[in-house]
Order: sequence, then C-alpha cells, then structure tokens
Amino acid sequence: MKKNSAITSIAISLFALFVSLSINAASGAPCGNYLSKDGLVKGECDEAYVDAKDKASLQRGAQIYMNYCLGCHSLKYARYKKVSEDLEIPLDMFQENLIFGDQKMGDLIQVGMDPKEAKEWFGNTPPDLTLEAGLRGPDWIYTYLKSFYIDDSRPLGVNNKVYENVGMPHVLLDMQGTPRSVCKQIPVIADNGGIKQDPLTGQQLTQEKCGFLEVDDGTGELSPKEFDQAMLDLTNFLAYMTDPMKVERESIGTYVLLYLFIFTMLSYLLYREFKKDLH
Amino acid sequence: MVTRLMNWFDDRLPLTATIERHLTKYPAPINMNIWYLAGVLLVVVLVIQLASGIWLLMNYEPTAEGAFASIQYIMRDVEYGYIIRYMHTTGASAFFALIYLHMFRGMMYGSYQKPRELLWVLGWITYVLLCALGFTGYVLPWGQMSFWAAQVIMSLFGSIPYIGEDLLTWIRGDYLISGITLNRLFAFHVVLLPLALIAVVFVHILALHEVGSNNPDGVDVKKHKDEDGVPLDTKPFFPYDVMHDLYAIGVFLIFFVTIMFFYPDGGGYVIEYVNYEAADNLKTPEHIVPSWYYTPFYAMLRAVTFPLFGLSAKFLGFVVMAAGIAIFVALPWLDRSPVKSIKYKGIYSKFFLALFVVSFFVLGYLGTVTSTPGRTIAAQIFTVTYFAYFFLMPIYSKYEKCKPVPERVQLG
Repeated sequence: MKKNSAITSIAISLFALFVSLSINAASGAPCGNYLSKDGLVKGECDEAYVDAKDKASLQRGAQIYMNYCLGCHSLKYARYKKVSEDLEIPLDMFQENLIFGDQKMGDLIQVGMDPKEAKEWFGNTPPDLTLEAGLRGPDWIYTYLKSFYIDDSRPLGVNNKVYENVGMPHVLLDMQGTPRSVCKQIPVIADNGGIKQDPLTGQQLTQEKCGFLEVDDGTGELSPKEFDQAMLDLTNFLAYMTDPMKVERESIGTYVLLYLFIFTMLSYLLYREFKKDLH
Repeated sequence: MVTRLMNWFDDRLPLTATIERHLTKYPAPINMNIWYLAGVLLVVVLVIQLASGIWLLMNYEPTAEGAFASIQYIMRDVEYGYIIRYMHTTGASAFFALIYLHMFRGMMYGSYQKPRELLWVLGWITYVLLCALGFTGYVLPWGQMSFWAAQVIMSLFGSIPYIGEDLLTWIRGDYLISGITLNRLFAFHVVLLPLALIAVVFVHILALHEVGSNNPDGVDVKKHKDEDGVPLDTKPFFPYDVMHDLYAIGVFLIFFVTIMFFYPDGGGYVIEYVNYEAADNLKTPEHIVPSWYYTPFYAMLRAVTFPLFGLSAKFLGFVVMAAGIAIFVALPWLDRSPVKSIKYKGIYSKFFLALFVVSFFVLGYLGTVTSTPGRTIAAQIFTVTYFAYFFLMPIYSKYEKCKPVPERVQLG
C-alpha cells in the first residue's frame, strides 16, 4: 500500500509540474525593441493594470477609441448598444457623441473605409481590434501605444519600438507630443550586480545606450503621465472588447462555486452516513 | 401502484433486471481508490459536452465566411452563450485530462489483463474517437490556429508514398483547407463521431459490468462469495458508490467551474491565443502547436528528422505518432506478468511504468515549445523510452520476480 501511494503521489506531482510548466510556457508576445526605463531590459512589455470594473477608465478609453482609432480599426464583432450598456453610458449621450455617420445602436461597430484602398494607403488593411487584447495581451497593446517615435526614413515619418516598421501612423501625436528615440548615459552594471565604479576615482562608470523614448517638452496636449493613463484607459477598453462578459462571468461563477461548495458538503455528509454501513 | 407500474414495464422490458444488474446489485470492489473516479467523471464530462454542444450548434454557422463571426456572436450576443462555449472548451480539456488518468489507472493496476482485454480495447476506441472529436472540434471556430493545425495534421496524409497527394485532396475535398473541409469536419464532429462515441461508451460499460471492476490489488473478488453468490469484498454500486461518486463529482465540478468562469483561456492551453485571429490562408502563425492533449504525439512526430528506407522523415514521423496512439491497444497481449497490479509486480515493471510516465510528460512539454537541436534530441530519447515501456514489456513482465498476491483485497 505504501508503494502504491508513493506512485500515486509521484504521478500527482508530475501532473502538477506539467501544469506549471505549461502555464509558464504561455507568455504574451514580447515587445520587440522596447527598452525598459533603466535601459537594462529589452523587449519586455510594460505591465498594463487593466481593470474591467473601472467604468470611468473604460468610458475614457471608449472615447479615445471612437475618436482616434475607429477611422481605420473596426470592432466588427461588437455592437454599439452593448458597449453603451456595459460601460453605463446613457444611450442618447452615446448616440450623440460616440456614433458617427448613420449607424444604429444595434449595429456592429464597422468602419467606412474600403479594405482594398486601405491596403494601398498603408501597405496592409488595418486589422479589426475586437479581439486584439486576446491575441497579443493587454501589456503588448499598452506598450505598443507608447512606443511610437519620429523616424524620417519611414513613409509615414514614424516608427514603433514594439512593432518595427509598422504601417500605422502615430494617430495620437497631438496628444502625446513629439516622441524621439534618444541615446543616454546609463550606469555600467558590474558582474556582482552593483554599479561599476572607476577603481581610481571611485566615480560611477557610465556607457551610452540608445533607443530610449523621450517626448519633446511642451509639444503634447497631455503630460507624459496623463498620456500613459490615457493609453492605459484605451488598453483597458480593448481588454474589455475581447472579454466583455468578464465581470458578469466572474459574478455568476462566484454564485456557482458557492452552490457547489454547499452541494459538495452535503453530498459528503450523505456519503459518510452510507459509509458507516460498510465497516 | 409503483409495484404495478414496475410489473407492467417488466412484462415488456427487462427494467428491474437492468436496474439490479447495473446499479443496485452491481458488485463494486470495496478497495477501489481515487483512481477509480476518472471513469464516472468521464461520463459526467460526456454529458456536459453533449448538452453544451447542442446549444452551441443552435447558433454556430459552419461556413468559412461565417464560422469565426458566429463564435463571437455566441460569445457576445447570445444570452449566456459565453457560458455554453466555455463549458464546451473547458470540457474538451477535462475530457482528455480524465481519459489519460483513466488509462493510466488501467496500466497501473493491470485492468487490461484477462478477462478485461475487450474492455480495454473498447476503451482505447473511445480514446481514438475522442482524439478525432478533439481535432475536428478544434477546427470549427475557424481561427488561425484552427486553420493551420488542420493544415499541418491533414498534410501528414500527403506524406504517404504514392497515394499521399491524391488521398490528401480527397480528405480535404479541395486543393487547400477550405470551407468544404470545414463542412465535412463539422459533419463528423456533430453527428458521426458523437454517435460512435456514445455507442462505444455504452458497450464499454456493458463489458465492464460483464467482467466486473478490477481493483488496486488486482485480486479476483469473485473467488470468494457469500451464500447468496455475492462476492464478499464488494458493495452494491447503488447506493454506496453512487453516494461516493456524487461527492467526487461535486469536488470535480468545483475545479471545472473555477477554470470555466475564472480562467477560461487556461493560460492559453484551453483556448489558444492565436485563435483570437480569424483564419487567414496567406498568413502562417509563427508557432503552430496542437492542443496540449496531443503534444506528446506531436513531439514524436517532430522527433523523426531523418528519412529511412526511401521513406520521407515526415511520413516516418506520422507512422511513429500514430503508433504512439495505437500501441495502447496491444497492452493486454504484451503483458506476460502473472499478477495484475503494479503493487505486486516486480521492480522492472515499476521502473518502466515510471519511465513511461516521465516520457509522456516530457514529450508533452516538448510538443508545446519550438524545437531546437537539443530539444529534438531530447524528444528522440524520450520517444524511445516511451516505446520501451511497451516493446520490452513481454520480456520484463515475464522474467521479473513478483510479490505474492493476497487471496482477498487489502484495505488501508
């Protein structure tokens, strides 16, 4: 019996290991050439703290989306009406401010642009973004939105750190200001993890590293901090778009679990009563 | 009144006899342990899949143009459609997790040995049907991974010498994976395969109730009977096992519902992220990986990197992969051991079973990641050790020293 339970426990722990390996293996898309603030890590996305319950943030995100993104990017699997209900935006207000053209509340959120022409203009048809947050993850979207910079070698004058040579213009340039890719002096990190110092003078050694993003002072409508928040709102809205039922789902799930706990407890007590017959 | 009604039925249908045979008088060994739960839970998942499948079918559109959008319609516009869909996707993964546990239980306690060979073969058929159901169902949402997984798996048939290309066109019904392919996979997934699965599961349970359940000691409980002819070391399935199973189903559903409502993507393993993009035959995803439950066999497919005897590496990989699934059916005839349960088998059986488990998990992991030269070598080694469990079994199970098997089942 002991050996048997040993085999059982080995099997269970192997299964657990497998599950944990699997979960670790599933990471979001990495962020290209995006450089972290301290310049030490390349390609890792900034974390987007999305919150499906933050209605104010979702409303701001929807506002940015409808005004800046919807010109090219449809949300063709979603309907206006559901967005207005989920985000608690009154119907008339929504209709007046967030629906353009002659679209109805019950319509899917389409764009007017012809996909063939769009392909000619940008080299690629702008993708539908309903499920983008599921495909790439909110962190990627958040970092991507913050990673445009001026690059005169590109046809549209801008490039992106996360998505090199992307065909998308920097639509939010007025909002952000003029972002540039710059070089900076950063401390040299010694093998022991500390900052390397000059052995004679004791001064901290620095090296030049390029690829940092900096916005020219006073060129944007928003301060860098406000812009980050706006991009977080927009990301939050896209995360909501991918998974609009999250809040409802988790609330129903809680009740289902509660029911199951009671059911399981009662069925356990019943089982215990019957078990008494056997021994 | 009830008695009269039952009598009316009994004159026309063996109702009481059936209930007694399969429920109230079915003798279940008293020493069954947690491993014996997978079977009943598989039945629960089968019911979940059938029920949720029917409701999904009410709104799904089986065309290349409409399939992807209809899934989003179910997720957004159909009342509680997202619950039905997540139930079905979580159910698919649960189905495989449980059937692997169920098969492993059989391997551990020698449940395939005489007189349960046919029971094992029927179970193996349900596994193969489940693999087919999983594959066909995975294509239906018509996302990028659906499309390209179908492309990769179906192209394997194209590697068969001489007839491959024609066979492939015949299977696809087109020169590419297309709406026609989708339609036929849809027909298989919702009609042929579920019907076959239900039928085989039914016969599997009939066969089980004919030969009786095995137990962790592998002892034949029918050897010792009381004066009424009821085996001593058993209890009636109803109510004792039913009450026990009800409790187990509760615990299982707690896990199931937690994934379904709170982690429906399962970290990209229940629903793959790439499938958030609609199928595009001009854009190949960076990494094409099958669902987690096929990854051990996918790793075997990729492990064969060299042509042999004038056959292409791809075809040989296909053969090895198919053999990895098919080999289970031979177990009753590979095992020459006089004892059933691993508890009384010798050290070699224990070693090879452990090696098999390790190989299965390592291959499963390797199937989820991109291949590198090092990983390919690892996959080759573990493919060999995987098959070693089966092919060496006639030798090690015959010549090893087993422990004496007790007369009666052991408790505790």
